[in-house]
Amino acid sequence: MAGPQATQAAEATQATGAPWASRSGAVPHRPGRRALRVGVSAGVMAIVLAAVLLVPLLIPADPQDVRLDEKLQAPSWEHPFGTDRLGRDLLLRCVYGLRVSLLVGLVAALVATVLGTAIGAAAGALGGRADRLMMRLVDVFSAVPHLLLGIFIVAMFRPGVWPVVLSVGLTHWLSTARIVRAEVLSLRSRPYIDAAISGGASRTRVAVRHLVPGVLPQAVLAGVLMVPHAIWHESALSFLGLGIPAHQPSLGSLTEAARGSLLAGDWWPTLFPGLFIIIPTLAIAGLAGAWRERLNPRRRSELML
Amino acid sequence: MTRAGPEPSPPTSPGTRPGPSPRTSAEPDTGTNPDAIPAADGTAPTDQAPAERPARNAPPGRFRALPWAGMARLTGRRLLAAVPVLALVTFGMFALAAASPFDPVRQYAGTAGRSASQETLDELRANLALDGPFTERWWQWLSHAVTGDLGESVSLRQPVAQVITERIGWSALLCLVAFVLALLLGTLLGVAAARRTGGALDRCVTGVAYVLQAAPPFWTGLLAVWLFALQLGVLPAGGLTDTGSDTVTVGGLLRHLALPAAVLALSQLPWFLLYVRQGVADALAEDPVRGARARGLGERTVLLGHALRSGLLPVLTLLGSRVPELITGALLIETVFSWPGIASATVEAATATDFPLLAALTVLATLAVLAGNLLADLLYGLADPRVDHQEM
Repeated sequence: MAGPQATQAAEATQATGAPWASRSGAVPHRPGRRALRVGVSAGVMAIVLAAVLLVPLLIPADPQDVRLDEKLQAPSWEHPFGTDRLGRDLLLRCVYGLRVSLLVGLVAALVATVLGTAIGAAAGALGGRADRLMMRLVDVFSAVPHLLLGIFIVAMFRPGVWPVVLSVGLTHWLSTARIVRAEVLSLRSRPYIDAAISGGASRTRVAVRHLVPGVLPQAVLAGVLMVPHAIWHESALSFLGLGIPAHQPSLGSLTEAARGSLLAGDWWPTLFPGLFIIIPTLAIAGLAGAWRERLNPRRRSELML
Repeated sequence: MTRAGPEPSPPTSPGTRPGPSPRTSAEPDTGTNPDAIPAADGTAPTDQAPAERPARNAPPGRFRALPWAGMARLTGRRLLAAVPVLALVTFGMFALAAASPFDPVRQYAGTAGRSASQETLDELRANLALDGPFTERWWQWLSHAVTGDLGESVSLRQPVAQVITERIGWSALLCLVAFVLALLLGTLLGVAAARRTGGALDRCVTGVAYVLQAAPPFWTGLLAVWLFALQLGVLPAGGLTDTGSDTVTVGGLLRHLALPAAVLALSQLPWFLLYVRQGVADALAEDPVRGARARGLGERTVLLGHALRSGLLPVLTLLGSRVPELITGALLIETVFSWPGIASATVEAATATDFPLLAALTVLATLAVLAGNLLADLLYGLADPRVDHQEM
């Protein structure tokens, strides 16, 4: 079991450009600490999801509620994150911003993963000239920095939720396609595929029944790790004023809006949206890292951003 | 880099090869790779992945003759390969622009375009040579770009080439200083963390690295402005010169460079630090280090002379491939600090839908990424004599 698993790990490593598969024994495993990390990550994610899903249902307050008599108040018991320059409660705005950012991140990651899996699987399964052509296309695409390509797409189309989702989704399928292709190539030479072919299974049947299920864990893992990355890109675009418009607060546009108050010396409108990006990112990375360790026990987790 | 799918191969077992080599870890060990045989006489197809081969009989000793010829040929091949890549990238941009609702004629006409009749607009379209299919415009742009004429920037009202030459120096300065800073700091902290993996220092350093990696650079930059420029008042908050002055002095430049360069370095640091830590920690567990310890060498010599040398080299060779992240970071940092570089021009161009400037800047960034990839491969061949530049 160790042989093919490790090969996959190494290939996936190369495909993503992540650190190489480690030689065994450099760092001892500490199961207790890993369990703690998974527990904390899962707890944080549960809180985040609960806040994002339940707060709009349970708390009737409107994040757009302007109260000029309470503008730019420092964090207090009444407003734990303080208020912005229009007196809006920042905790509420951060939760709503996280909602928008998470949604954009999830949809963008879904687009990227589906596209990457389809192209990677097609390249790996078809092989030959089609494979070479597709991988050349991946090379060309990866020569343009993602954020720049995203900026270009958003600039040409009007800023808004959908251009952002598409600009992130359409630029991030490359690594997934490489991982899936490498995975399909290694699966293709397994005995059970040979057995299916000699049993008379058609090309389509082999692809749908045998290759796709085998590739799925890696593809889903890549997709989960893509979510924080997509949130990061969304917030960067929004911060540059090219993303989600200001009336739909996302974490990036909240930071952008806070720049003015920051220069006047008020730190809280800037600090908290950033923390709301960092904390879910670390929690998702912690969970995905543990999952990856289960898939490839020889590799230790590292953050893929 | 595309890699031809290798047959499932046994994993590299620990200790069979001195020094970690990140790019070849999936390849079978020397001698068993069938790709090495056709590649040996130089007839390998150009998309051949760098397969591993037995070490050539290089003369023993410190000074190995550098493979100048191989490096020159690799550079030439990459230059040739860049032509279709750039053509495709620009073609894609023109296609996207043609598919978008953005209309350059209305942008050119400005507010007058709203009251102008359809005939006037059509006439203007014909005058601006915008009435043909986008492939025609693309070809025209390409043939002009080859002669150095990149068109006129709409938002800055300057020739695009002039915008680039005025600004590229500042961006290069910022990126270079930040990169060197990240390298020094990353090596220092990486080695310190690798000395005792799992120890208190290691956990602190890796923890901070993970948080920094998750933190958006613009956020770190804003907090740095708040702390150093507003609270402590030791460094300027942005720009290139103090307010009210136009002359750039060396001292003033250094003070204005300090914050953006430090924040950009912090955003590039985690990746480098974690790689160095991993490389040094792996090297510490390998036979050469064990041998050095057995010979009674001091811990300092073992760590810096043996483990760092073999652990750092593969990381250094990957530096060239970090260019996209560096550009992304520079885009955000230059905006936060109003740095008059090329990246902040990109954002201005995007907000104003300045297609000529955006197109030129995207091509420039693509060129930088391709150059970075070339650099990575050249360094890789230099660092590992088993790799032949012919095969890349």
